[in-house]
Amino acid sequence: MQLIEDANREALRRILEGDPVLIDVVPAGQAIPGLGERVLLHSGPPIEWNRMCGPMRGAIAGAIVFEGWAADLDEATALAARGDIAFHPNHHFDAVGPMTGMTTRSMPVLVVENRRFGNRAYSTINEGLGKVMRFGGNDASVLKRLAWLRDVFGPALGEAIRSVGGIALKSLIARGLAMGDEMHQRNVACTSLFLREIAPVLARTSRDPQRLAEVLSFLGSNDQFFLNIAMAMGKAIMDPVRGIAGSSIVTAMCRNGTDFGIRVSGTGDTWFVAPVEMPQGLYFPGFSAADANPDMGDSAIVETIGLGGFAMAASPAVAGFVGAGSASSAALYTKAMGEITIGENPEWTIPALDFAGVPTGIDVRLVVDSGIMPVINTGIAHKEPGIGQVGAGVVRAPRACFEQAVRALAEKLRVVA
Amino acid sequence: MEQNSIRDLLDAEIKVVNVGLEGFAAELSAAGVPVIHVEWSPPAGGDPELADLLSKLGA
Repeated sequence: MQLIEDANREALRRILEGDPVLIDVVPAGQAIPGLGERVLLHSGPPIEWNRMCGPMRGAIAGAIVFEGWAADLDEATALAARGDIAFHPNHHFDAVGPMTGMTTRSMPVLVVENRRFGNRAYSTINEGLGKVMRFGGNDASVLKRLAWLRDVFGPALGEAIRSVGGIALKSLIARGLAMGDEMHQRNVACTSLFLREIAPVLARTSRDPQRLAEVLSFLGSNDQFFLNIAMAMGKAIMDPVRGIAGSSIVTAMCRNGTDFGIRVSGTGDTWFVAPVEMPQGLYFPGFSAADANPDMGDSAIVETIGLGGFAMAASPAVAGFVGAGSASSAALYTKAMGEITIGENPEWTIPALDFAGVPTGIDVRLVVDSGIMPVINTGIAHKEPGIGQVGAGVVRAPRACFEQAVRALAEKLRVVA
Repeated sequence: MEQNSIRDLLDAEIKVVNVGLEGFAAELSAAGVPVIHVEWSPPAGGDPELADLLSKLGA
């Protein structure tokens, strides 16, 4: 259908012309209008309290205490359960968040501007490994780290980034791919490249050597630090692709631990939702599939722009980490994703595939027609709040989301079977 | 003639291309038979109404 082909060509043009730049770190309430008192953003499509999974509820209770809306976790849980907190998806506020995806007004957010189209997107700062809020952690150590990110790390990083006029991300990603990152479950190269770029700037803008050491140590000890930057970048790239009449290209994929949701350009802001699946993967010592929570997080935005599971061939090391098979099989994932996308990104190439570009522009028609579901590399959270990450794996987007999208697009175009 | 062709086929080394259900390929592979698996499923998961829609949408 010519209308769809033209619309998808325009969608791909907008994706490839995106020019994401990390420009600032500011309190979320300052960057995101409407994020005020007792408003909380979460990952995935919309969901009510009574359908939320354990880690999501745990993180919400922690975030409420962190903001001072309740004195303790019990009071916070009661507050949330009786409807005194407004819950909204990050995606409704130009934002994304990993795993539980908590975003509240005083949390610092990374600000990525797409300089080609002028829009901005936001993501909170990656907290590191262990007991953290994105996996449902909510005890005193979790809240103490969040307070440090708010009071020390966020302002320091923001000042440094502003002082150099921003950090261009497109070329950084290109180098990261060549160094074995896929930007979802492996970010060690991009984190290192980012640290190399920002460390001297931090040294110039810092007025306190002890705090500078703490900031550099935090950055250097978290291999996944760059994930949240990559996510905000993905959101900044995909938002200008929304709302192209007739386009069958996916603009967002996300999950809240209960549901998986997708949005498609030609059907506007409608969510197509289906039950989320369990990741298949490897577990850390002492844990098994019985401990796992179904998949969650907005991080599948990186697959939406051709990274993560779509760029598995760039990252043989991650194939082993997520239980996707041998290093040599990593290329098969990327090649399969080429069957459901409309193009390649010539600026983000994979050396092991003779410098082919990452598969870009997921077409819901191709997904449903081929039966090949988008593959997502993911962390696995414990199903009980507060325990944290128990493994890493691969999860497939559910077919039902794409079938709904095809039917909705057909209805919009007045095409009947 | 036809009988001979079948006998030739069974006497020769078997080379298999398996289309669709991966279990058949796995069984042959486990038995030491060289097999190439082709991942295939019916368009639109076998749903004729959806397949018709896809066809009209240009998939």
